[in-house]
Amino acid sequence: MNIKTAALTGGFNDPVFQSQSVFRKLMDGMARPGSIHHVEDAMGQPEPLGAAAGAIALTLLDHETSVWLSVGLAKSPAANWIGFHTGAPITREKAEARFAFVEAGATIASFGLFSAGTQEYPDRSTTIIIEVAEFDAGETLTLSGPGIQRSTTISIAGLPEVFQRLWADNRALFPRGVDAVLTAGSRFLCLPRTTRIAASRAGE
Amino acid sequence: MTDLASYNFAYLDEQTKRMIRRAILKAIAIPGYQVPFASREMPMPYGWGTGGVQVTASIIGPDDILKVIDQGADDTTNAVSIRAFFEKVANVAVTTHTKEATIIQTRHRIPEQKLGEGQVLVYQVPIPEPLRFLEPRETETRKMHALEEYGLMHVKLYEDIARNGRISTTYAYPVKVAGRYVMDPSPTPKFDNPKMHMSDALQLFGAGREKRIYAVPPYTDVVSLDFEDHPFEIQKFEQPCALCGARGVYLDEVVLDDKGGRMFVCSDTDHCEERREEGHTGEMPSQEAAE
Ligand SMILES: [Zn+2]
Repeated sequence: MNIKTAALTGGFNDPVFQSQSVFRKLMDGMARPGSIHHVEDAMGQPEPLGAAAGAIALTLLDHETSVWLSVGLAKSPAANWIGFHTGAPITREKAEARFAFVEAGATIASFGLFSAGTQEYPDRSTTIIIEVAEFDAGETLTLSGPGIQRSTTISIAGLPEVFQRLWADNRALFPRGVDAVLTAGSRFLCLPRTTRIAASRAGE
Repeated sequence: MTDLASYNFAYLDEQTKRMIRRAILKAIAIPGYQVPFASREMPMPYGWGTGGVQVTASIIGPDDILKVIDQGADDTTNAVSIRAFFEKVANVAVTTHTKEATIIQTRHRIPEQKLGEGQVLVYQVPIPEPLRFLEPRETETRKMHALEEYGLMHVKLYEDIARNGRISTTYAYPVKVAGRYVMDPSPTPKFDNPKMHMSDALQLFGAGREKRIYAVPPYTDVVSLDFEDHPFEIQKFEQPCALCGARGVYLDEVVLDDKGGRMFVCSDTDHCEERREEGHTGEMPSQEAAE
């Protein structure tokens, strides 16, 4: 019963303008990898889905986009909440998912089972939204690539340890590959497949 | 859903906007690659920028300030209609001043004024496929892009040099984006190609009839195809703008009378007006020329 109530509450109060506003931040985020954006409104999304991840789901998902959820999310009221508010079918097949949501601290073994698109249609790939503990703390990473003037640094606490290796493997598939959005509560940053990530030593 | 008026904000329904928004994000993630999308009928004919209009409609919000240009001018029929369309369906503020705009929709030119980080340039594209003139079949051009097989494109350009002593293409001059995809800047004069390189602004391209969206993120390499012995060159104009005296800008020829009188003026009308307001003058600063 709890699960049902949680699934029905929340969502955008003003879907047209709120989704436009969140989309523009996503667009700016993808165009300027590593730039941090935040969503202002509470979506009433159930734990362990974060506010930014919830807003991204409401903005981009619908019945045409199947979505894969990590175990913690799949077992939580968040699964029904996403289904109810967006109409997106939930899939257990990573390769079928247009979007994937991963809760904080979940293990990521590989991006390999998600769709990287094809050489002819590299756009047919999964976008993975990964919750981390916080930005401006933890390990400092240096980003470079399209959208970044020379280089930029970001700090992320709670990024799975294997992420950098997985990302380098993903980068090597270009133009195929997954794209990622890292979320931390109401904040997020984007990592399109073009972004190169290096660990920075400076200041550590 | 709230009310009907906001439901159809910017003309498109929410599901269409979501579909286009997803395509835009993938386009940004794969610079220069043409993402297919399900183009909608718009209340204007193809050739009127329906692709650009759908992109603008999917990104625009109440805080935006929109500028629309056709060639370099804000006052042509095409630019005026598209601007009026968005004033009506999205109730957004519009401007002719490049500096003030947050979204600039264009049919040909890139404004002379350097664009900034807070701006998005949306191109209306008629033919998005740079390899189409070599190969009419979509399955084949897609394969060529997939395999990065651009040899034929180079051969064709080189034949052009052999025939004309130079590459004669002055519009839609092909570029390579981020070292990977060959892209058609569409009817943009090649004069503007260098402005696409490492731009501070995001550039989005929409082709309505051909159902393609592509993008160049900010700070991305955009290199015009050329050869060591025939490097890429932009058009050079011998005289400055007759109205504002600007040099190093793209000029249009204007016929003054039936006796063969003519002058060259800035194609970017906003740039020209702004310079004249600042007190710059050309050799023909009179009013009748501006009318
Ligand atoms: Zn002028």
